[in-house]
Formats: sequence, C-alpha cells, structure tokens
Amino acid sequence: MGDWGGYLSLILQGALVTIKLTVLGSALALVMAFVAGLGRVSRFAVLRALATTYIEFFRGTSIFVQLFWVYFVLPFAGFTLTPLQAGVMALGLNVGAYGAEVVRGAILSVPRDQYEACIAVNLTRFQRMRHVILPQALPLMLPTFGNNAIELLKATAVVSLISLSDMTFQAQVVRAQTGSTMVPFVTILVLYFLMSLAISRGIRALEARVTRGLDGVR
Amino acid sequence: MSAPIIRIDNLDKSFGTLKVLNGLSFDVMPGEKLALIGPSGSGKTTILRILMTLETISGGHIEVCGEQLYHMQKGGREVPADEAHLHKMRAHIGMVFQHFNLFPHKSVLDNITLAPILTKGEPRAKAEARGMELLEMVGLADKARAMPSQLSGGQKQRVAIARALALQPRIMLFDEVTSALDPELVEEVLLVMKRLASETDMTMLLVTHEMGFAHEFADRVLFFDKGHIVEQGPPGQIFTNPTHERTQTFLRKIIAAGHRV
Repeated sequence: MGDWGGYLSLILQGALVTIKLTVLGSALALVMAFVAGLGRVSRFAVLRALATTYIEFFRGTSIFVQLFWVYFVLPFAGFTLTPLQAGVMALGLNVGAYGAEVVRGAILSVPRDQYEACIAVNLTRFQRMRHVILPQALPLMLPTFGNNAIELLKATAVVSLISLSDMTFQAQVVRAQTGSTMVPFVTILVLYFLMSLAISRGIRALEARVTRGLDGVR
Repeated sequence: MSAPIIRIDNLDKSFGTLKVLNGLSFDVMPGEKLALIGPSGSGKTTILRILMTLETISGGHIEVCGEQLYHMQKGGREVPADEAHLHKMRAHIGMVFQHFNLFPHKSVLDNITLAPILTKGEPRAKAEARGMELLEMVGLADKARAMPSQLSGGQKQRVAIARALALQPRIMLFDEVTSALDPELVEEVLLVMKRLASETDMTMLLVTHEMGFAHEFADRVLFFDKGHIVEQGPPGQIFTNPTHERTQTFLRKIIAAGHRV
C-alpha cells in the first residue's frame, strides 16, 4: 500500500499529458474552426469548396482512423510527427471541423440589417466582419465551443493507441501493476470530471464577458 | 442652375418575376428635400435601398454627385461597378433605417465613431469630439456611454441619425424612420429631422407615411404607385390640390386612417 503515492504521481503525469493535449488541441481546433467557418461563408467558390471538403472529411471519418493516418501513414509522405504532435493534430483537425459549422451558423444568424447598417456606414467587407458581425456572433458560438472542448478532452484518451502516456494510459499501467481496478479508475474519473468542470466554468465566465451590454438583444 | 446631385435614368428593378420599378426617371437637386409617398409596395423604399447600394439594379443608370453609381469605365467601356467603386460612391450617401439597425454590442458613442475611425481614419479623440457634438444636437449627450438596449425607440433612432451624420454625407436617406416607433416617440425624432432640414444644405430623401411631416419638411413631394411617379410637385399642391384620382384616393385613405396632413 505504501506505493500509492508513486502510483498517484504516475496518474498525475498522465493528467499533465491530457491537459497538454486538450489545450493545444483546442487551440488548433479554434484556429481551424475560424479558418474553415469563414471559408464556408466566403464569396469565393474555391474557398467554400475547400472548407466544405475539410469539414465533411473530418466529420465523416473516425477520430481513430485520423489519428492512425497522422501518426502511421504521414511518415510515408515524409512527415514524421512525435506522438504528441500527431495527437494534437488529429484532435485539433477533427474538433475544428465541428467548430467550423458552429462559426458558420453563428455568423449567418447575425441579422441581415446589421450587414445593411455596415454598408450604410461604408465599412469594408473585412471591417464589417471584424467589428460588427464576429463580435455579435461570438456569444452564439461560445456554448457550443464549450461542448466541443469537453468532447476534445474526452477524446484525448485515444492517443494511448499511438503510445502516448495520457491519463487513461497511466491508469491502465497502475491497474496492471497493482491489480487494483477501483482506485486508478475512480481517480481518473474524478480528474476528467474536474477538468471538464474547469472548461465549462471558463466558458461561462467568457460568455458573461462577451455578452455584457447585449441584454435585450437576444 | 447647378447640376442635379442625383439623376435616376430609366431605372428598372425586379425581384424575381415581380417588377418593382419600371423605367423610372427623376432628378434631385443639391440641397433639395424630397418626400416619397405612396401605398406599400409602390417602390419608394426600394429606391432608397438602391441609392444606398443595398440592392442591385435590373436596368438603367443612376448618377450620384456627377458619377455613375452602378457603372464604371474600364478600358473605355462601361462595366458594372466593383466593390471598390461602390465603396467610393457610398461615401456620398448616408441612410437611416426603419428599425434603427444600431450595433447592439457598441455603446452609443462607439456606434457613432466606429465608421469615421475605420473608414476615414479619423483619430479617436477627434471622432469622439464630433460624436459628442452630434449627440448634443439630437439631445442625447447624456447617453453617450449607454448601450443601445438601454434606449427607447425614439432615442435609438436619434442615435442612428447621429451615426449617419458623422460621416458627413452629401445625401441623407430616411426610410420610414418613425414607422417602428410608439406614437408618443415620433415627435422627438421628427423635431431632430426638422432642425436638420433647416440647418443644413444636405440633400434629403424621405420615405414616410407621416403626411403632416412630409408637408412641412419637403420642397417637393413625389407620389408613387406601382413603381411609377403618378404625380409630383410642391407639398402645397400635392396635399391640398392633387390632380390625379389615385393621389386623391390615397390621401383620403391615409387621413381616414388617422394620419395628419
């Protein structure tokens, strides 16, 4: 029993990997969501087609397969990634595809008369998006972004398949070494829950910030 | 006699198979205050929206401040205007909407200063000083820091007027600016517009159902029906002595509905 401290630190090391994957993956997903989401509403057909292809492909295939491709197949094309890089890339691209549809939907739900007001005060297309449309679309995106980030957190467990020692992987190790199933799995259950709680709290605080003054509008 | 500031020449506009404007032509002189009246669906609002480049046109030409609005010269040929040309032309024109269309995420003052800062590159301090002057003029200086959601309809519309004025357009378009207001809030907006009309030499086009206001405000009234000008003239003539039966019927109905003439 005296070794529990050591086992716990093993799980915490795994938790650190999970957090790293979640933060970096979410950052990539956020960038991809905006790039592809804006691409979807672009006036250029080529950009719309590219964005649509990306979204449909990454939503339409499994995250497992995507991870295997990034880690095992890309090296044949000359791109060798570390397991962490591969994990961040697969998670970010996958969740980014879902996020892109959120960005697009939110942009399209800003009322038409806001676009017209922008034209009447002669803003350029870029200024319209940057100063009027996106600031109003952002509050609509945040709740779903929160969901996506939590989905991403839970999906990080798949990286153990490419030999990355995340929290779930470490729990398996502890279980194998101690023979105890209850303790490691209860520990990671609680840890996952606390992490997703932190995400939803964070998103709620952000929401409160960006919707300040918007009451009565929606 | 100076040249017209707006020349509309043989303008067509269709929405799908519905012809809204059919070969419409009229001129507006600099500084003129024009009231466009007529039944719903007669095309009055469409004319303002076309002048603000919120619609496309189906045929004809429009000249604003001596330049084509929807066309430009390229390689010696006339081609449809591109976004850069429209952007340049929009600088001459401002518009106030029926539903205000304020930016809900910006304070009252920021609503007014946003465009001057972005489109004219004005320093913030200068834009804000001018914004405060405009708010003073519409009687809302104390609301500079308020958000639009905290204002009444009449106050919102006065901010919208200030926002349009901040860009110092030569032409102002007012699209049924009091139609969405509670009756007791109409007066405060009309008062601002009256002052504006008497104190500036801006060209103004007004679409309205407030016949009394049109009478006071306008130099010339155009009565529209089905995309055509049925009758036009000074307000005294149109409102007291309309020659066309269509105009007479319209005015009678409007009066019966409780609008003042």
